[in-house]
Amino acid sequence: MTAPRPEVVFAGTNGGTLTEIAAYEAVGGFEALVKSRALSPDEVIAELNASNLRGRGGAFFPTGRKWSFVPKPDKIDKPHYLVINADESEPGTFKDREIMLRVPFRFLEGCLIAAHAIESQHVFVYIRGEYEAEFDVLESALEQMRAKDLLGEVTIVLHRGAGAYICGEETALLESLEGRRGQPRTKPPFPAIAGLYASPTAVNNVESITSATTVMEIGGAEYAKLGVENSTGTRVFSLSGNVVTGGNYELPHGFPLRDLINDLGGGIADGRSLKAVIPGGSSTVVLTADEANRVTLDFDSLVGAGTAIGSAAVIALDDRCCMVQLAVRVSQFYEHESCGKCTPCRVGTKWLTSILQKIEDGRGTQADMDLLVSVAERINGKCLCPLGDSDAIAVMSYFDKFRDEFQAHVDEGGCPFHGTSSLDHLLAPVAMHVHNEAVAHA
Amino acid sequence: MSALYEEIQEIRARYPESLSAVMPALQLAQERSGGWLPEEAFREVADALDLTPAYCLSIASFYDMFRLEPVGEHMIEVCTNISCGLNGAQQVVEAFESELGMRAGETTGAFSLRTVECLGGCGWATIVAVNNRHRLNVQAGDVAGIVAELRGTGRGEG
Repeated sequence: MTAPRPEVVFAGTNGGTLTEIAAYEAVGGFEALVKSRALSPDEVIAELNASNLRGRGGAFFPTGRKWSFVPKPDKIDKPHYLVINADESEPGTFKDREIMLRVPFRFLEGCLIAAHAIESQHVFVYIRGEYEAEFDVLESALEQMRAKDLLGEVTIVLHRGAGAYICGEETALLESLEGRRGQPRTKPPFPAIAGLYASPTAVNNVESITSATTVMEIGGAEYAKLGVENSTGTRVFSLSGNVVTGGNYELPHGFPLRDLINDLGGGIADGRSLKAVIPGGSSTVVLTADEANRVTLDFDSLVGAGTAIGSAAVIALDDRCCMVQLAVRVSQFYEHESCGKCTPCRVGTKWLTSILQKIEDGRGTQADMDLLVSVAERINGKCLCPLGDSDAIAVMSYFDKFRDEFQAHVDEGGCPFHGTSSLDHLLAPVAMHVHNEAVAHA
Repeated sequence: MSALYEEIQEIRARYPESLSAVMPALQLAQERSGGWLPEEAFREVADALDLTPAYCLSIASFYDMFRLEPVGEHMIEVCTNISCGLNGAQQVVEAFESELGMRAGETTGAFSLRTVECLGGCGWATIVAVNNRHRLNVQAGDVAGIVAELRGTGRGEG
């Protein structure tokens, strides 16, 4: 028996899209905005606090509190900015793109509500450069809103990124938006005090902002009835990997992970068995199949299992996946995306990849296993942002929970999967030059 | 003044500080220069925003989507991150290599082929971006058809 599935983010779509303004208005669109503008900024923030809506980008920080940190205009003589993080690029995550494609007006309505709450007239949406179709949908939606004079005094600028995972980190995003290389800043000062152009700034994720529209529509107390304690409301879970039916599923927090995989996702594909689950995007600690069967999809349950809900990106891995190959590929990603600012990350991610590749190739020794742990420890917690940590934490979780598999590579002098792993010889961008040199010298 | 110069001034006006216009200006310049940024493009962008060409290059070289070398008429990018990898992305890469007679990472006049990091379509693996438009659920068996289709069209039809 599957639990009920209330729709909040995708409400009114009937599985389709709401990209015409009349269709959105027909399902109550912009009522939340009218209601919010009739309230004071503090009253809007109080509603958000009552909902206990927490950030959907990965950090799970309470949205209302974030807005309340932005100083009142009479306290600081600078413009206030709202910046939307639409730079979704954590491997496994593809929810924000579907939100922008299907409910662009609910998202943009949320931007205007948030702008009212922090008393800002300048909104920037930093959207992933690879999301071209999504950019077009937002541009058209904005045009329709301007034609109806819904923006008032607020300007909304769509700003395209250009391919850099690190720009999903809020201070790197701000640097990028200011016209610099996307390298994280030291904190403090936090963006609420000195963000974009050193002015008070709230940075929010697409899904958080879209959910804020619903909070204002139905009221914070009503919203808080959805989900579970500490994890209120719904979440758009991105399901991928070795499942029959991948895709986005909007579910209340607290939904059992195994039901997402088995009932909604149709179970593990090709008659294989579940080996492990990455529960919240590539940065999170892996769960074994046994652990995955016991958890529910909410903050507390996943923290209790030693991992995190992250960006709510669930990747199911079946028994064909070699965990050393997985570690190599994940580490290659972080190596590629390291901005280069902090040495432990810039150099450490490269070392992790290289040691893991050595183990995978059957050239690894017992000393390399120790070195792997040592390098991971030298990255973790020693950089300005969590990118390097993510590599170290993810890789070490595979190492800790599947130690036998790593050991077998050393003992057998090669991969125990003998070329049958689903991730065998996967060509990562960071390895493309090696790939071509190998051919040139052949 | 060139048309590009005028268009960059319009972009510049959207931002409180003109430095913010450097990325959109480079994106526009790249679009106008056949999908990559030759030296001349850096000079034009720098001139339009009162920056140096070297500064513009320092921005372009940081971001993956700016190309510093000529690209083929069609850009084919195959995601080989975790979820695509679990669903046969490597077979898709190899099918493109064999169909096009080139290696991933190479460019010919007609095509550039490369692997890329997560494109954000994991539930519909494998994702292939053709001229930055995403094809979903691509399997190795679909590759010959995609290549045939592109051989019959010019830029922007993908």
